[in-house]
Amino acid sequence: MLEIRALSKSFGGVKATDNVSLDFADGSLTAVIGPNGAGKSTFFNLITGALRPDVGQILLNGVDMAGKTPPEIVRHGIGRAFQVASIFPSLTVEETMLAAVCADQRRAGVMHRRFPLAETRDRAEHAMELLGLAGKRNRTAATLSHGDQKLLDIALALVLDPKVLLLDEPTAGMGTEERWRMIDKVRELWEKQKITVVFIEHDMDIVFKIAPEIVVLCYGRILATGTPDAIRRNEAVIEAYLGSDDHAGALA
Amino acid sequence: MTELQAGQGAQPLEVPRIDARPQRYRDLLIALAAFVLLALLPMMFGSKQLLDFVIRCAAYGLFATSLNLLVGYTGLISFGHGMFFGLGAYGFGLMMQKTGVPIPVAFVATLAMTFVMAVVIGAICVRLKEIYFAFVTLAFQMLIHSTILSWQSLTGGDQGLRGGIPRPPFLGIDLSNHLHLYITSCALLVIGLLLMRQIAQSPFGYTLRMIRDNATRASFIGIDVWRAKLVIFVLAALFAATGGIIMALFVSGAYPEFAYWTISGEGIFINMLGGVTTFLGPMVGTVLLLILNDTVTRLTEYHGIVLGIVILFFAIGLRKGLMDFVVEWFAQHRGEGRG
Repeated sequence: MLEIRALSKSFGGVKATDNVSLDFADGSLTAVIGPNGAGKSTFFNLITGALRPDVGQILLNGVDMAGKTPPEIVRHGIGRAFQVASIFPSLTVEETMLAAVCADQRRAGVMHRRFPLAETRDRAEHAMELLGLAGKRNRTAATLSHGDQKLLDIALALVLDPKVLLLDEPTAGMGTEERWRMIDKVRELWEKQKITVVFIEHDMDIVFKIAPEIVVLCYGRILATGTPDAIRRNEAVIEAYLGSDDHAGALA
Repeated sequence: MTELQAGQGAQPLEVPRIDARPQRYRDLLIALAAFVLLALLPMMFGSKQLLDFVIRCAAYGLFATSLNLLVGYTGLISFGHGMFFGLGAYGFGLMMQKTGVPIPVAFVATLAMTFVMAVVIGAICVRLKEIYFAFVTLAFQMLIHSTILSWQSLTGGDQGLRGGIPRPPFLGIDLSNHLHLYITSCALLVIGLLLMRQIAQSPFGYTLRMIRDNATRASFIGIDVWRAKLVIFVLAALFAATGGIIMALFVSGAYPEFAYWTISGEGIFINMLGGVTTFLGPMVGTVLLLILNDTVTRLTEYHGIVLGIVILFFAIGLRKGLMDFVVEWFAQHRGEGRG
C-alpha cells in the first residue's frame, strides 16, 4: 500500500504540493487529474525521488521513501514512465529490456561476464510481449514511432516488476485512436499484473471511462477524491475546470 | 494503421538473439591473432622505425581507447585524461629511479598510485555534467602539469626525468632490449584492449551506454549513475597510465608534455579521427594520427595546419570518424535496420 502523508514542496514562495495526504490501495487504478500547474508532475517527482519533499512521508508498505534517491525508490518497488518518453535512443528494444533487468537484478556493474546475461532473458521477453514490442526487438529506440517509444518507456518501468507503477500522461502527444489503444493497454496491464497503477491524464473521457478512483489536484492541494460519478458531481471540481470548455464539457 | 496498432498486432519474429559466448571467444581469437601477427612483424620487416612506431601506437592506443570508454561509451568528455598518461609515465619513472624495485612491482605500484588519484579526482569530477565535467578535468590536468613543472627536485621540472629509467631484467625479459620492449608493449596493448573490450561488452558496458543516452532514466531503473561514472573514470585512468608506462619505457624518461593538456587534445583528435561508436575506432585513429604526425612533420614545418585541415575534414566533411563511416557504410550495404 502506498500512503502519502502531509506531503509538501515549495519552490520559492510557490507551493507546488501543499499538505497532500492520500492512500493508494494495493492493486488499485487511480487517475490524477487537475488543471495545468496543479502540481501533478511534481507529485510524481516527489514520490519517485526526483524531488525531495520539504515535509511529509511517502510510505510504501510502511517504509518511508521521502528523501531516498530514485535508484533506492525503484528498488523498493515504485516504477515510473515519463510524460515525454524517456528511453535510451541508441539501444535496441531488446537491449533496453535486458539491460534494465540487469539493473534490477543488481548486475549493472558486472564486468566479468558478457551482455546479455542468460538469467535476464525471460523477464525481458515477458515485458516485450506484454507491451507488444517483441516484434520490434531489433529496432533501436530512436527509430520507433512515438507510440512505441511510449510503450517502451512503460515497458522499462514494468520490467522492473514494480509494486506501484506511476504513468505520467501515457497518452501525451498521441492521436485520438492511439490514445484509446494506449489506455486500453494500460488497463490491460493493470488487470494482468495486479499492481497499483497511478496515472496522470488530461483527457477526461479516458479518465472517467477507465479509472475507478480519481484524485483531483489544484494549486498543489487535493481538491477532491472519489469515484468518477462523485467527481462529476463535485462542484469544486466543476468550478476549477470552468476555465477550460473542453474539461468542463467532459465533466458535465 | 498507426504505428501503435502495428506494434500491438505484431507477432514475435524469429530474429537472431543476442548471444554473449561466441563474441567472447571471437574477441579472444582476434586478440591472439593480432598478438601473433605483431610478434612476427620484426621477423618480416627488420625496420627499427616500424617497431618504434608500433610501440608508440601501443602507448597512445591504450590511452585513446581508454578515453573512448569515457567519451564514446559513457558520454563523459574529458579534457584532462592526459593527466593519467603523465602520472603513469612519471610514477613509473620515479619508482624505477628512486626505489630500484623490479619492473612488475613498479608497474603495479604506479597503477595503485593512479587508482588513488583517479578516485579522488573522479569523485569530484563525475558529479558534474557536460562542459563542467570537461573543464574541471582540464583544471586537474593543469594542476598536475604545474606540480610536475614546479617540483623540480623530484620531477626535474621542465627538463623531465633525466638520466634514463633503469630497466633491470625480470622473468627473462630485458626491457632494455628493443625487441623485448616491443613484444612487451604489444602484449600490454593486446591485453589492455581485450580487457577494455570485455568492459564494453559486459552488463556494465551497457550500463554506461544507458548513462550516455539518458542518465536520468538510468537512475530511474535503479542505476547508481555517480558510482558507475566513477568506476569507469578510474578504470580508464588505469589504462591511460599503462599507456604512459609504455611511453616512459620507450623514451627512458618522462617529460612534462606527457601530462600537458595537448596530450588530452590529441586523445580527443584521435577519437574524432578513428570514431567513437566502434571499439577499434580509437586504435585506427591512433595509427592515422601518428602516421600523419610522422609524415607531415617530415614534409613541412607547418604540420599543425595540415593536421587541422585533416581534422576539419573528418569533423565537418564526414561528421564522423573513419571507423564510424566504414561501419555505417557496410551496415547500409547489408541493409541492416540498426540506426
